[in-house]
Amino acid sequence: MKVLTLNFLTCAVKSCKSSSDSFPLHPKDAELASDDVEVNPQLLINLLPRLDWKALKTTSTELGFPQLPDSPPTIEDLQSDEKLLKDLHSLLMETNLMEGKLVCGVCGHEYAVREGIPNFLLPSHLV
Amino acid sequence: MLPTPTTSHVPYSLVYEPAEDSFLLLDTLSSPSQTPFLSSLFPPATTPPPLILEIGPGSGVVLAFLTAHALPIFSRSDILTLGIDINSFACSSTTTTSLLAASSHPTTSGHFLGCLQGDLTGCLRSKQVDVLVFNPPYVPTEELPTLPATLREGGKEKGGKVTFEDESKLLELSYAGGKDGMETTDRVIDSLGEVLSDRGVAYLLLCAGNKPEEVKQRIRGMGNAGEGRQWKAETVGTSGRQAGWEKLQIVRIWRE
Repeated sequence: MKVLTLNFLTCAVKSCKSSSDSFPLHPKDAELASDDVEVNPQLLINLLPRLDWKALKTTSTELGFPQLPDSPPTIEDLQSDEKLLKDLHSLLMETNLMEGKLVCGVCGHEYAVREGIPNFLLPSHLV
Repeated sequence: MLPTPTTSHVPYSLVYEPAEDSFLLLDTLSSPSQTPFLSSLFPPATTPPPLILEIGPGSGVVLAFLTAHALPIFSRSDILTLGIDINSFACSSTTTTSLLAASSHPTTSGHFLGCLQGDLTGCLRSKQVDVLVFNPPYVPTEELPTLPATLREGGKEKGGKVTFEDESKLLELSYAGGKDGMETTDRVIDSLGEVLSDRGVAYLLLCAGNKPEEVKQRIRGMGNAGEGRQWKAETVGTSGRQAGWEKLQIVRIWRE
């Protein structure tokens, strides 16, 4: 699963969803793998408006990637800052979460990730 | 005709094999009636990349098709595709099928994010999905099957062998839809307002036993389309006539 996916996911426990702490899920004991993907600046520029930047910054820090700026870069920022563009490309388009856990900040439930597939099926007492 | 992705690596004793329903989805989604509609919903260059979600992708043939042929279908290749399946073997199959298809069509392919194991859309943030595709368990059955506890945790760990009972259960889960074949589909329909983005559209496969005319009426009557908007539900693809009725059909659902 690409790390970008984390920007779309939340805890599957119903009562957690109303709390902002259920997003993003926090990677734990993460093993990452990197694909070689050609840099596509236009894709990143188009993608930014639909991402939750604060959550992305948290994910980036928690996975040990370079610190992202506090506010989302503008198109001009991305066009002029090659390092930022490369960092974002590497984090969003190239990095896969292969093993580890995703932890909810509200209920603490840990979703296992194996062979790149996170398991969001809940034990019966949490359904 | 866009080429159908290869699924020869998929273990068909554990994962639903592509059949007439899968191919009807491929034909409909790539048809001259749907591709202009999809390009108009997500105009390239001026709007963010659409997120495509398939629930229950099984072998991954449909999701891989949409990923690999993003450019001819959506008029843009910067799409993101994601699968969610309750069957962990289907998740692995979908991943392999999608990555293979994408690498065979590098100039037209979108970006496959991954396939998660989960119960429908419970793990998604609200209003993120722009295109939802669902080929549900639609066969009317006495009971709705549940996933055996042994398969909840991946099922591969106990010596890598899946019991015959569990194999049968996985296949039953792929087709058995409970009352009117609609028990699982109804849960998805009820969640559409929460799951689909404001520009979102769903493609849902139904069989004659699902009473499709009633299903479409029910969708049109849902009150949560947002201010000044209404739910639309139209049949956009059909296959196989039986006693004057379409055996299978694809219903497109959106707000307008």
